[in-house]
Amino acid sequence: MPENSVSADLQTGSDKMVEWTDFERDTIKDIFSRIEYDVVGPAALARCLVVYPWTQRYFGGFGNLYNAAAIKGNPMVSKHGTTIMHSLDRAVKNLDDIENTYTELSVLHSEKLHVDPDNFKLLADCLTIVVAAQLGKEFTGEVQAAFQKFLAVVVSSLGRQYH
Amino acid sequence: MTTLTAKDKQTVKAFWAKVSGKSEDIGADAVARMLVVYPQTKIYFSHWPDQSPNSPAARKHGITVMMGVGDAVTKMDDLKEGLKELSQLHAFTLRVDPGNFKILSHNILVVMAVMFPTDFTPEVHVSLDKFLAAVSLALSEKYR
Repeated sequence: MPENSVSADLQTGSDKMVEWTDFERDTIKDIFSRIEYDVVGPAALARCLVVYPWTQRYFGGFGNLYNAAAIKGNPMVSKHGTTIMHSLDRAVKNLDDIENTYTELSVLHSEKLHVDPDNFKLLADCLTIVVAAQLGKEFTGEVQAAFQKFLAVVVSSLGRQYH
Repeated sequence: MTTLTAKDKQTVKAFWAKVSGKSEDIGADAVARMLVVYPQTKIYFSHWPDQSPNSPAARKHGITVMMGVGDAVTKMDDLKEGLKELSQLHAFTLRVDPGNFKILSHNILVVMAVMFPTDFTPEVHVSLDKFLAAVSLALSEKYR
């Protein structure tokens, strides 16, 4: 049972499509059209590495992660944060088939990167916090629900190919 | 996992000093979000005639919760002892599943990000997250 994260758990079997309301689709697309990928991505990844320091285990080759300032200023962290946002962008553009969109990424994270899938939820929570800070009052409860549902589907899809 | 360092305590106290003036709004928003984003939490409030997130009952509950959090800030050095009665209340009367403490904590953090985007840095986030986890643990103390 994941101890540290509260992103909603979503089980998407391959015979069950995720259903999105019009509000959810519009909200998710709207959020991603408004946030700057090279600001939000780096901030979310840096926050994850600070708030959940054990996630640093996957970034041994990134150099100086000794303290929050070093993490925030680390160019490899920034670059990877931006990469993550562009991957999420693919999910936004394929809301009805996120699972298949992420098959290769799931295999990569499982077989090559050996990332504990519980950690996806930690990053998702940090991304929620960063987007909340960016959007302020416009990040209403309903918007938060749609965004967290999207991230839950992403997280579930990334974990699908783990065996 | 939830031992608060001196730095954590200092960080939480300093941040709380900045935000406590808005604690009622923080609490109300956190509870409202919890009811919307995690609708299963509504089961604990089936006795409210109006279960909508912005109802007077929901707001009042948010205020109550944040008063508890503020009280916990003053009892940071011994939360188990300081929150003994609240734990008894949650264990024997309210019987809130402890998984929900994490849910509400998450929504408190989201509200902090919304209301205090510059002050809610990653350093503040980690200390506050640890503090809320410690509070949750103290609240679960009497459960079994």
